[in-house]
Formats: sequence, C-alpha cells, structure tokens
Amino acid sequence: MVTGKGGVGKSTVAAALGLAAARQGLRTIVVEVAARDDVSRMLDPSAAGAQGGPAPAHVERAVSPGLDHVSIDPQGAMEDYLHRQLPVGALAALLSRSRIFTTLAAATPGMRELLTIGKVWELAQPERRAPRGERPYDLVVLDAPATGHALAMLRAPSTFASVARVGPIARQGRAIADFLGDRRQTAVLAVSTAEEMPVSETLELRGQVQEQLGMDLSLVLVNALVAHGFSERDERALVAAPPSPARRAALFSAAWTRHQRAQLARLRRGLPGVALLTLPFVFGSALDAAALDGLSRELEL
Amino acid sequence: MSVAPRMAGKRICICTGSGGVGKTTTAAAVALGLAARGRRVAVVTIDPARRLASSLGLEQLDNEPRLVEPARFAGQGLELRGELWAMMLDAKRTFDELIELLAPDAGTRDEILANRIYQELSSAVAGSQEFTAVAKLYELDASGRFDTIVLDTPPSRNALDFLEAPQRLTGFLEGRALRVLTAPTGAAAAIAARGGALALSALRRVTGADLLADLSTFFGVLGGVSDGFAERARAVATLLRDPATTFLIVTSPEPAPVAEAVFFHRRLLEAGMPFGGLVVNRVRVLARKPQGIDEAALASDLGGDGDLAARALQALSDLRALARRDAASMRLLRAELDDGHPIVVPQLDRDVSDAAGLLAVQRYLFAPQRKRSALLAEQAF
Repeated sequence: MVTGKGGVGKSTVAAALGLAAARQGLRTIVVEVAARDDVSRMLDPSAAGAQGGPAPAHVERAVSPGLDHVSIDPQGAMEDYLHRQLPVGALAALLSRSRIFTTLAAATPGMRELLTIGKVWELAQPERRAPRGERPYDLVVLDAPATGHALAMLRAPSTFASVARVGPIARQGRAIADFLGDRRQTAVLAVSTAEEMPVSETLELRGQVQEQLGMDLSLVLVNALVAHGFSERDERALVAAPPSPARRAALFSAAWTRHQRAQLARLRRGLPGVALLTLPFVFGSALDAAALDGLSRELEL
Repeated sequence: MSVAPRMAGKRICICTGSGGVGKTTTAAAVALGLAARGRRVAVVTIDPARRLASSLGLEQLDNEPRLVEPARFAGQGLELRGELWAMMLDAKRTFDELIELLAPDAGTRDEILANRIYQELSSAVAGSQEFTAVAKLYELDASGRFDTIVLDTPPSRNALDFLEAPQRLTGFLEGRALRVLTAPTGAAAAIAARGGALALSALRRVTGADLLADLSTFFGVLGGVSDGFAERARAVATLLRDPATTFLIVTSPEPAPVAEAVFFHRRLLEAGMPFGGLVVNRVRVLARKPQGIDEAALASDLGGDGDLAARALQALSDLRALARRDAASMRLLRAELDDGHPIVVPQLDRDVSDAAGLLAVQRYLFAPQRKRSALLAEQAF
C-alpha cells in the first residue's frame, strides 16, 4: 500500500517500486484506483490514452516485462464480486443491472472503498485464477489514495465485518481485514517530501495506522530531495558575491536544501523505529522512462 | 488580472484542485487579501497544516468561524480593513448538526445519530467531507454574517469528487430504490411485479440478511429527513451555480495536477458552474531574457573558488530546466483553460504556512498586473 499526502509522488514511487520488483523476478502488478491512470501513463506512455483519454478500467495489462497494471473502478469490482459470490452467472448479471442494487451500492457509505480494497485483496491471492492463465502475482503494489481516504479504504473491510456481523460480507470483510493486518503479507509505505505539510501528515499517518488499523508503517520514502551540496561557507561566499542569476540560483537551492534537511530531521525524530529511504529530485525536462528507471534502481538497495 | 477584480460582486469563492497544490494556503491568502480590502470574510478550511492553522489562530476545532486577530497581520505590515474569520471543518459535527436541524422529532434524531452505519458515514467515509463542506457553505451563506465565504475543498485525489459526492448521497435519498427497500410490505409486491424479487433475494445472498436489515434501518430512519436533504441539495446546487459564486482552480505546474485542472475546468463548464480563474502555485519562473553566464567571472566573484562556481552554475541550469518545464505547463494551461492571465505564485525559498508566508502569497494573488510582473521578475532565473 503506497500512500501519502497528495502531490508527493505516490504514483511515481508506486511505478518505480513495480519496476524494481519485476526486475528482481517477482511477478508484479501496479494497481490504481478511482479511475486514475497516472502510473500506466508513466510505465507505458504509448498505450495509455494516446488521445489524452484514460486507459480502459479494470483490465489487467502487461506494461513491461513481468509487470502488469490495472486501474480498478468500483463498478467493475462489484461485478467481479457478484460473479464470485453467485454461482449462477445470470443471477450476478441480473443483480449488477438491478437498480435497487446499483443505487444501494452507490449510496452505502464505504461500499466503494470496500469493493476496491476487495479487488486488491483478490489480486493478491495466491490461488486466484489469472485471466490469461498466467501464474498469480507475487506482489501487488497499490497506488492508494491520499492518507485520509487510504485509511478509510483500509478500514472498510473490518467496519463492514463488524456492521454485518454474519453473512458473506462479514466473512469476507474479516478475511480481507486479517490479510491487511498481517505484516508478513501487507506493508504500508508512506511517501513524503521533506516539506512542512507532508511531514506533518506522515507523522499523523503513523499514529492513525497504529490506532485505527493496528498496523505500522513499514517504510517511509522521502521523495524529491535536492542536493546541490552548498555548505555554510559556500553560502557566505555566495552572499558576498555581486548579484547574478547563478548566485541567485545557488542561494535559492541552498535555502531549499536547508529547509528540506530540517524537515527530514523532523521526520526522522518523529518516526523512531521506521525505516526511511530518500529519493533524489529529478531535474530532467520531464519524468521520462529513463528517470523512472533510475528511481527504481534507487529502490533496489 | 489579479484576484481582486475576479472577486468583485462574489459572495462565494471555492478553491479547488488536486491534492498537494497549495489549495488551503491559497484559500487562506484569498480570504486574507479580501479582508485587507474591507470585506467581512470567512475562510472554511479542511484539515489545514498545523502551522497554517495556528497562523490563523485556529487552535481548536470547533466548527464555527472565529475572528482572526488583526494584530497577527498588522505586525507584518498588513492592515485588515474588514474582518477575517476562519474555521476548520469538522465533518462529523456538521453532519450531526444537519441531522438535528432536519429531523422531524427527537426520536428520529437520536435513532439516526445512534445508527452504526450513520456513524461510519458521518465521520470517515470518502464523500462525507465533500457533503458537509457544501452544507456548511450553505449555512454560512444563509446566515448573512459574511460578505464573502472562501471554501477550501477536501483533499480528494480527484477534484471531481467534490462536485459529485453530494449528489451521490442525496440522489439515493430521493430515489425510488430507497422507498422500495425501506417499505418491505408494500414494496414486495411492487418489486415482484417488476421482476425485482429475484434481485432482492440475490442481494440478500451477497450482503447477508443482517447487513441488509441494518441498511434498511439506516435508510429508513434517514427517510425521515430525506425531504429536508433533498431540498437542501437543490438549494446547494443552485448556490454553486449562482452568479455570485466563483470557482478558482488551483494547481501546481506538475503534469498530473495540470491534467486534472484541465479536466476539472471542462467539467465545471459542463456542469454550468462559474469558473473564476486559475492560480498556479510553486512556479519556477524563467527570466524573460536569461543572461548568459561567464564562469570565469563568477569564479573570481566567489573568491576564485572554481568548484563553487561550477556548482552554482549547475544549480542555475537545473532550476532553468525546471522553469522551462513549468513554462510549458503554463502555455498548456493558458490554452486549455482560456485564461490568458493565470495568477502565478512562484516557488518561494521559504515555508508559506506561517503568517509571513501567507502574506507573501497574498501579495502575488492581489498585486495589480504591472506590480505582479515586477514581483515575478525578482524571482526569475
């Protein structure tokens, strides 16, 4: 589960993780939710929405060797679920078209989250039957929503299990909740940048993950660290020099770096016992395949 | 055009955009600027960073606007001729208050507030923040206490959730399906007549009878307030399309938020909601005429430290690369959003979540055109 505050590079990290895992021989799928396809655009710019349109939802598709991608939408997840629950396909089809059911599913609080996380869980099951008869996935990387919504999503199975008490939803909710709570099976990764707000949110996230899910963060990835390496002595020399664009850029970068270092230190202090990895800021003209590949190698350590 | 003329005659300003682009800071800075120019303004923030909250004096989360001490900004050289009020939205409390307001009697109210599904809905689930944000907006506007209300929108990954979430909930409450589900006696026959009995029994099989019963109870008790909800939803929908309402789309120059801003703008127009302008935060500004660099001269200016000069040049070249990337985003945004003069806030080398930072952002938002160009030129590479 890759989560973090909006705008910190969750999708980039999820894509890089997927690439790194696939390179190490794990059959991997990167999963996006809520009809987003940022990751598939990054991994396979040619296929994903050449005309700017989204990639087709709910289709498992190979994007590079050993790496698949899928974008889950709740409607598709619901149909999958119904087909698994109801042995008679026609009945499932009837239900998924039924207005009572679709309105109920759309309006029931947390149902979209439950269906989505249920699909993620299903992808991770070793006994699942893959669409093209391929072997099951070794690793599912979820490009989860931002922290608040990600927590709601991770909480949904146990909430439904306790509300429903008995019946199929209660049973499955408990199975999914157990799977998510099992540290051997599930890891929660928080992505942050070394800035005030993302750091605060990451620190709060850890408390929430512990309290609300009984889990802990497995790893925090600090993205986009700038390192032009100006010392205090360098800064004094720069301040003393006459104004020029290079001097301005260097002082700007030095201030930026200093701010990031302070925030990184704050993050470390607030996360005792949690592993922390850093990723460099990418200055290229855009985050292209080579840059993404570079980031994925940073993650292979 | 700066924010000031865009806000002329506006009672409501909704700041929207994807997560992490500085929406909350922008909303606070817009409100600050309007208050400085004489308006009574309330800014409704959602989950602000602690330092931003404390820079506005929002120490406690009590779901009611609080007057921000003018001294906080007077000390920084900005006089508030009007009033700045600020609040943090408490989704659960807003929802509870709405139920209290709309419930026909105390019994219904208590039954709803005690329902487990309701408790989950009102506190946590995606959509409840969106729903309560517009509910609060409506309430504050109807109170007549403020000239302008500035609303920060929830950190949805997809900004469209904000427009759609209220309808998802109220649409169901108004819908026929609810009546079918909550009136089992009369409805059973009606469903059977339409071939729905099979669907209902299949539904029991996938959800379990207990959950279905809980849901029926939940929607049943909510039925008591559904007329009030439906009426409120219509009023809110009208308010969002009012000529005195304006949406500011906030973005950063990064590709994903830019794509989202373009998409959101299109949807806003389709939905008949008024687009008021584009704010692009954290832009690395490229100088009009980037000066050529003389490395030897730079090294001698730096006391002959050639290594430092090389690193300074590397920083300049990196930042210019970013600035070019941002300039391309700006061109795309100008063309796609049909806003020839988006408001640019440069990336500052300081934190913007304290009072001084808010003031700095406010200056970029409200400075008249020529002044703004000069301010931006100071930050250019």
